[in-house]
Amino acid sequence: MQNNPFSIGYLDVAAAFKRHALIALLAWQDIQQRYRRSALGPFWLTISMSVMIGAIGLVFSQVFKVPTHDFLPFIAIGIILWTFISNVILEGCSGFIVAENIIKQLPIPLFVHILRMVWRNVLILGHNIVIFPLVLIAVGKPLGLIALLSIPGFILATINLTWVALILATICARYRDMPQMVGSLIQVTFYLTPIIWMPKTISAHVSAYLLDLNPVYHLLEIMRAPLLGTMPTTTNWLVSLAMAVVGTIFSLAFYGNYRRRIAYWL
Amino acid sequence: MARIEFNNVSVDFPIYNANGRSLKNHLLKVATGGQLNTDQQGRVMVRALEGLTFTLQDGDRLGIVGHNGAGKSTLLRLLSGVYFPSSGTVKVDGEVGSLIDISLGIDHEATGRENIYIRGSLLGLKKAVINRHIDEIIEFSELGGFADMPVRTYSSGMHLRLAFAVSTIVHPEILLMDEWLSVGDEGFKEKAKLRMNDLVYKTNILIIATHSKEQLLQTCNRAIWLEHGKVRMDDDAATVAAAYFDKKP
Repeated sequence: MQNNPFSIGYLDVAAAFKRHALIALLAWQDIQQRYRRSALGPFWLTISMSVMIGAIGLVFSQVFKVPTHDFLPFIAIGIILWTFISNVILEGCSGFIVAENIIKQLPIPLFVHILRMVWRNVLILGHNIVIFPLVLIAVGKPLGLIALLSIPGFILATINLTWVALILATICARYRDMPQMVGSLIQVTFYLTPIIWMPKTISAHVSAYLLDLNPVYHLLEIMRAPLLGTMPTTTNWLVSLAMAVVGTIFSLAFYGNYRRRIAYWL
Repeated sequence: MARIEFNNVSVDFPIYNANGRSLKNHLLKVATGGQLNTDQQGRVMVRALEGLTFTLQDGDRLGIVGHNGAGKSTLLRLLSGVYFPSSGTVKVDGEVGSLIDISLGIDHEATGRENIYIRGSLLGLKKAVINRHIDEIIEFSELGGFADMPVRTYSSGMHLRLAFAVSTIVHPEILLMDEWLSVGDEGFKEKAKLRMNDLVYKTNILIIATHSKEQLLQTCNRAIWLEHGKVRMDDDAATVAAAYFDKKP
């Protein structure tokens, strides 16, 4: 029982959750380290994000000829959430590689390093998300109760991102050119996903391919749509939920299968 | 009660050259149907440990001797649970603590106090435990007013004293060491020695890799001599010390 891949994976993950205090401490440490000795500290995250959103929002509302009060909130939340999604996936690739020192010295559950990275990005998201209400105020748009639905959406999306990160971290520890491949894939996904363009601007039969077959779109929608005052579709929910269940089970077995060799690969 | 059981344990290291690590090459190898395998094996295996069998019980003070590359560090990593054996079984009953690389996790931009929490948490200490010990740690490491300064402003002596003070707070049942820890100037050395002796005295099983004959004879009651990953000799410390250190030119 102790030696089948699934239970090895499960035990490691369960043990990692028990070290939540360590995870929180290390993740916060990561953020502080980046902004130590700067007067505004982590709020530089917020400022640089605002500058980017402002610039892209103003330029592209002109390009697409859509009114700013619709477009600015759309692009603001889109870019904020996309930054979260892409960073978790990209940093997932180096999840074990950057923790080599610790992995080779201390018998800490390896999943701790993945959770540390995910939690770090949640904290960064927390700093970035404050821009969104400011944008809403600026364009005079209200935030309805429906926005609360984005919380379960966020949790479900994070579960999905975490298992993807776990698998990528394992593969990238072994194959070192994998991160580059993931990097370019992420870049392509950014343009294929409605972040700087609005879904309604493309024709119906194109959207069937670009939207329904794009897993990132579903994950984005369950977080974004409620914040923009619309319900995510049932398809959005079902796809995200199915991916979370299947992905979690698969990733535990996959990770468990290689768990014991990761230290040798680093 | 602590107990360690090694049964025919071997460890193989896969060595990946730049080629072996690339997915492209891996795919190409599959595509060319293993031809590459015949003249150039993609994976080179290095056998770091071979056929280790031994049992340790409460009260055992094991010294590991051997030349560089004999497998001492690999053995310590197996014991700490970082590595898993390629074949054979390793059974470790009891909580393992390690005093190898005591500076691991120290962040130079963070203050001494923050680092005590980071390092302590990495070692598995609860926040409440660190809270209870923090004044003692700061006092022991003689940091004084520097406790709330970034570690990058520390002298190397202060740095080591801090790392030492935090790392020796834990009292594991099984203690691993790579060479005896001795830090600081004369005054601190004495203090550190007392603390180490106390730590070693309280631990159930001690395992130390060492190059020093005096240390081996002083601390250990049993020794294993590793050579090329195999046990060359496993006996009481005096016998092994005599054989190993006298053989040396």
